[in-house]
Amino acid sequence: MELFLQQNINAISLGAIYALFALGYAMVFSILGVLNLAHSAIFMWGAFVGLLALDPEKAPLLINFILVGTPLTVIGMVVEYKFIQPGMNYTRSLHLAIQRLIALIIRVIWITILALIGQQIFIQLMPYFPETLTILPVVALIFASVAGGILSIALEFLAFRPLRERKADRLAQLISSIGAALILVNIAQFAFQAVYGRTEAFYPRDVTIFGIGTDPITLGALTITPIRLMILAIAIILMIVLQFMVQRTQVGQQMRAVAFNEKIASLLGIDVSRIYILTFFLAGAFAGIAGILYGMTFLVTTPFIGENIALIGLTAIVLGGLGSIQGALVGGFLVALIQTYSVAFGGSSYRDAIVFVLLFIMLLIRPQGLFGQPEQKRA
Amino acid sequence: MKYLRLLLTLCIIVLMAGVVVAQDDSMMMGDFEACEAPANLPDTVTIGAIFGLSGDISVYGGVQQQGVDLAVQQINDAGYLGEGVTLAVQYEDAVSADDAIAAMTRLVEESGVPAVLGPTLSTHAFAADPIAQENGVPVMGVSNTASGITDMGDFVFRNSLPESSVIPGTIAQSAEILGYTTVGVLYGDDDDFTLSGYEVFIDALDANGIEILGEETFARGDLDFNAQLSNLLAQEPEALIVSALAAEGVQIILQARALGYVGPIIGGNGLNSPAIIENAGEAAEGVIVGAAWNSVSDNPLSVQFVADFEAAYDASPDQFATQAYTGAWLMATAIRCADSVDPAAIRDELAAIQDFPTPLGDFSFAEDRNPVHDPVVQVVEMGTFGVLGADMDDMEEPEMDATEESDG
Repeated sequence: MELFLQQNINAISLGAIYALFALGYAMVFSILGVLNLAHSAIFMWGAFVGLLALDPEKAPLLINFILVGTPLTVIGMVVEYKFIQPGMNYTRSLHLAIQRLIALIIRVIWITILALIGQQIFIQLMPYFPETLTILPVVALIFASVAGGILSIALEFLAFRPLRERKADRLAQLISSIGAALILVNIAQFAFQAVYGRTEAFYPRDVTIFGIGTDPITLGALTITPIRLMILAIAIILMIVLQFMVQRTQVGQQMRAVAFNEKIASLLGIDVSRIYILTFFLAGAFAGIAGILYGMTFLVTTPFIGENIALIGLTAIVLGGLGSIQGALVGGFLVALIQTYSVAFGGSSYRDAIVFVLLFIMLLIRPQGLFGQPEQKRA
Repeated sequence: MKYLRLLLTLCIIVLMAGVVVAQDDSMMMGDFEACEAPANLPDTVTIGAIFGLSGDISVYGGVQQQGVDLAVQQINDAGYLGEGVTLAVQYEDAVSADDAIAAMTRLVEESGVPAVLGPTLSTHAFAADPIAQENGVPVMGVSNTASGITDMGDFVFRNSLPESSVIPGTIAQSAEILGYTTVGVLYGDDDDFTLSGYEVFIDALDANGIEILGEETFARGDLDFNAQLSNLLAQEPEALIVSALAAEGVQIILQARALGYVGPIIGGNGLNSPAIIENAGEAAEGVIVGAAWNSVSDNPLSVQFVADFEAAYDASPDQFATQAYTGAWLMATAIRCADSVDPAAIRDELAAIQDFPTPLGDFSFAEDRNPVHDPVVQVVEMGTFGVLGADMDDMEEPEMDATEESDG
């Protein structure tokens, strides 16, 4: 009996992280109707930013990067909207493809200049920072989620919006997100190599949130690490907050309207574009926080941790019902429980197989998932 | 006048004796007396090396490259292969078995090297070594410890003491010193090294009358072992046996401690890396690993090697670096004694190496091209690998396919 309880505890804290991740997937799918396969890359970046923030020797690098990067990004965006986009009007008479090529070349040159300037300022500023800088874990969580949110917004502007404006097929947006994921993972490989000299890094072992740390406590025959309970609590609070936001606030109502039908929502005066940005930010923030919590649970971070979680997230939202936020929640916990039980009772070799077989069966019997609506034809 | 000349002669004799005695202090690697100085070698002799230089096995491959580089530098500085002959190494990176196959093909068929060191993992060796065997090129594993490596053919050698030699001694010694009678076993069932380690552990446990309360498996790349560990620890074993590679090993150790387990954790060669201590921290205290070599060895060549390595790389060498360093010297000795770059001649000279002094001890190849030298049982205490117990003489003779024992 105690073993059963212990296994449940193991599963639930893992399930909370899966659920947070799956929520982001579900949000973007329900409101935009497109699957963002770069979500797992944002999860990984959240873990990486969290790692830099929690590692006292690397935190100065992170702060320096933020100090230098923020004004440069603002300058970049100002130039983009005030000069480059209006400037494109002068190329109106040219062939469309040549217009786009010129725009691309100008943007690449401009971004390279910005990056080189930024690099120089970064190097010049580095000696002024202290050798080590300890950031509160709570602040590190915020860093990770904001980083995830900002990356997600960047994805929206670079990978989704241009295609949406050209009325491209949803499939094109999906493939674009796959490309974005590859680029993000590759950049992460370079970043890991530059900061750590190898593509693997460990979270500090002694992280405490509000004084709750990693020393295991024993209740009877059960052993729990308090930090895992803390992680579970944070995840649950975030999900409640999200649920509240979606159901009770006006912004949430607007999001649900856009999810129902974007044309009607825009006719009603809802700024659909803003809702999309907000959705991506929230999804990215959740992925980022899931990333840092995952890193605190398992301690090891590599540029490839997104790969495992991507399939798990997909399974979770399909099991729970594509487009349903409660479904994603339930799906995340369900996948974690199934994984844990299949390892506890059978062999770990079949762990992933069992999860996917259940996914397969669910798709056969009830394709809309546990909480989804059956396909409706709408006029 | 006569007395002055006598005094002068005496002084000169004493001085010369002093100079001769002083020279004996520095141990030199490389048995210069074994074979004559080679005369027929080309200006550059290039051998191949396949190591895991990236990914999660770079904890092994990186230091292996360092060990080989140090050996090559010393070999060239000493003119071991003859006047004006330089030994060079063509390194290839292998992260997967497919990489290893491609690397071996490149080395043996395109570059035409006469000898190859590596690959790092036994799984990679099983995949790639047959290519060397087919092409008649000797290949020496410097970290392969699974069973059956040298069964692939007479061109396949290894200088890394196989698990079948190290593990029985580890179990016998640790059981005697720590007195445990029940264990739980956790092993990876998708890697040749961890699987063969598991099989040797089971045999050794049976031979020592130790009861196995439960067995659980995992796969390479797994991060969450809580389910398996909860199952095992529910039976309250007195010791945990773990056959895993470093990446999974660290997680297993951390999660076992987080689940409240404070007993000994006994592992195979995969846990024999300072990366385990570095990444698992305090949780690694009490981890027991049998090894072919330990840095506190007082073998003069080992002491010299440790000093040279620290001077070159500002870090202490581990067993992987030592075996790679020794492997490079063994291969160079074979090339020296063969006095040619004909792979078949090099193979024959390699097989003939007997009682060659190395940091691992006096080294010989057995009939089946496995290494012959004494192993040591280590335990992690106070953040570093120390030797378990005291007397090495108490150790049960490990099972070795050996035609002669040698004193460590």
